[in-house]
Amino acid sequence: MAFGPHLLLASLEGLVTAAVLALTALGLSLVFGVMRIVNVAHGEFFMLGAVLAWAITTAITGHPALGFLAALVIAPLLVGAVALVAERVVLRRLNYNPEATIVATIGLLYIIQQLALTFYGPEARPVEPPFNYRILLPWFGYSGYKLSVVAASALLLVATWLVLTRTKIGMVMRATQYDRETAQAFGIPVERVYAGVFALGAMLAAVAAVLIVPISQAHYLMGQDPLLLSFIVVIIGGLGSLRGTVVAALIIGLSDGIISVFFSPTLAKIIATFLVAMVLVFRPQGLFGTTAR
Amino acid sequence: MKGEASALKAYGLHVAVIGLLFALSFVLPPYHHGLVARIMVLATFAMGYNLLFGYVGLLSLGHAMFFAAGLYGAGLSVYHLGWSVPLAFAGGIGCGAVLALVIGLLALRTSGVAFMIVTMMFAQVFYLTILYFARWTGGDQGLVVPQGSRVMYLGGASFDLTNPAVRYRVALALFAIVLAVVLVLVRSGFGRVLVAIRENEERTKMLGFDTFANKLAAVIVSGTICAAAGAAYALLFGYVGSSFASVQYSILPLLWVLLGGAATALGPLVGTLAMYYVTDIASSYTSAWLLIVGVMLIVGVLFFPKGVLGTIRQRWLRWLP
Repeated sequence: MAFGPHLLLASLEGLVTAAVLALTALGLSLVFGVMRIVNVAHGEFFMLGAVLAWAITTAITGHPALGFLAALVIAPLLVGAVALVAERVVLRRLNYNPEATIVATIGLLYIIQQLALTFYGPEARPVEPPFNYRILLPWFGYSGYKLSVVAASALLLVATWLVLTRTKIGMVMRATQYDRETAQAFGIPVERVYAGVFALGAMLAAVAAVLIVPISQAHYLMGQDPLLLSFIVVIIGGLGSLRGTVVAALIIGLSDGIISVFFSPTLAKIIATFLVAMVLVFRPQGLFGTTAR
Repeated sequence: MKGEASALKAYGLHVAVIGLLFALSFVLPPYHHGLVARIMVLATFAMGYNLLFGYVGLLSLGHAMFFAAGLYGAGLSVYHLGWSVPLAFAGGIGCGAVLALVIGLLALRTSGVAFMIVTMMFAQVFYLTILYFARWTGGDQGLVVPQGSRVMYLGGASFDLTNPAVRYRVALALFAIVLAVVLVLVRSGFGRVLVAIRENEERTKMLGFDTFANKLAAVIVSGTICAAAGAAYALLFGYVGSSFASVQYSILPLLWVLLGGAATALGPLVGTLAMYYVTDIASSYTSAWLLIVGVMLIVGVLFFPKGVLGTIRQRWLRWLP
């Protein structure tokens, strides 16, 4: 294959990575921005979404699209419920203390991982895509499903943006993010907002996982990479900045896709990680964020 | 006068703990003998971590790189260059100190969450670099340091570090020395400045202290202690592997310190002991031991947020360092 088509293929792969990453990172960014806590178990919510998608699609027989659509609705709801319980039972009682919540979410990470290993097993299992359609480009055929993942992710991102900027719920969330105490003084039920945001963040990760699981398989350790990458995206994009999160996800996803096609993946990761760390060192507020208050 | 009495009690307690650990070496069955030796080395790692996290309040998620710098610095110089044990140990510590200086200069430009992420990412770079140079480091398989090169000659005497009894005592010596160093440091003026930075950095700066220099010094001391633990681990247990540089080994010292009690001198030892023995006992009953560790972490942070020793200090023994 010539250089141009090769680059196009790498960019398409990167775009799919970026789309899923943007959703996952947006979930982390919301929790991070509104609640000011680091949710280390975010990757496990991602994994839980993928594992549940496998369970649902195998339970529902018939056309694969039927099972997939069911998974797309049910898996995020279940994951959201798990997150809600965790928030009520653990995080609230810690009063959202940043260090204590890190330890608690590490505990949560271990628990979810172990439960997945016990009940789901150590195998990686595939999920059938809802449709098999190859788009024929002049140089190569490309999976139509992968492109639909990009479209679905874009749709969800726009929807989240609309909710955040155009609705009352979004305004309440932004007010809480801006100043928790003043928001409370104005009668905003801050604790309920926190619970909702934590569940929403987990659900975004779960949706991303359901979308990606027909491409990569479901495995109980699959939450580690998304967690690290989401952290990177959130930091580069700037705290609580939706636009920054999306742009950073694009940069990270595309460069990851392109660099690992042309260079050794390990070397690519070394360089990318180092560069991101340097950005953080010399521009701690991220590329798009404003200084933390 | 009260201060002197409590200082006496504090030093007495630590000498007693060291004495107890020494006495244990005669009575422990072989399996626990080896386990406690390992725990003492890892508790030293946790003490290095505690200095930065507990006293300065800087939460690093990348301390595995300092441990691994000592581990690889010592292990590789024995394996490839045939250095003697004391030289390799010093080499490992040197690697850690230099790395800590560089990382400190860069990472301390950030604070809070950004500091956590930056340290985690530098550690990740370090980890991936180890994998990338698999030809020399053995990659994720790791290297086994040959038994013959793990004999230490000091003066006229020779110490075979593969002998369990010698290994236990060397580990104990390392632990005791680092414990003494940490105790002296945190009770000194330097230690008080560090605590002041933890409590209110702006005010400390206003009082005329160079907070950056003090934090940098803390990072270097902390990294050097962790590297000493890593170097000792390579020489005592003879295995050098990339898993010691992974994110997991950055999180573990945090857990040990939080469990035992942050900013307490003996907390790291208590936390490491507790974590190892709970895991050990749990894994003999069920294969789902991670579940038990997870539940323990959550219960611990909900009901004992200051860790075991932190809670004891708060409730009963105010003089505990």
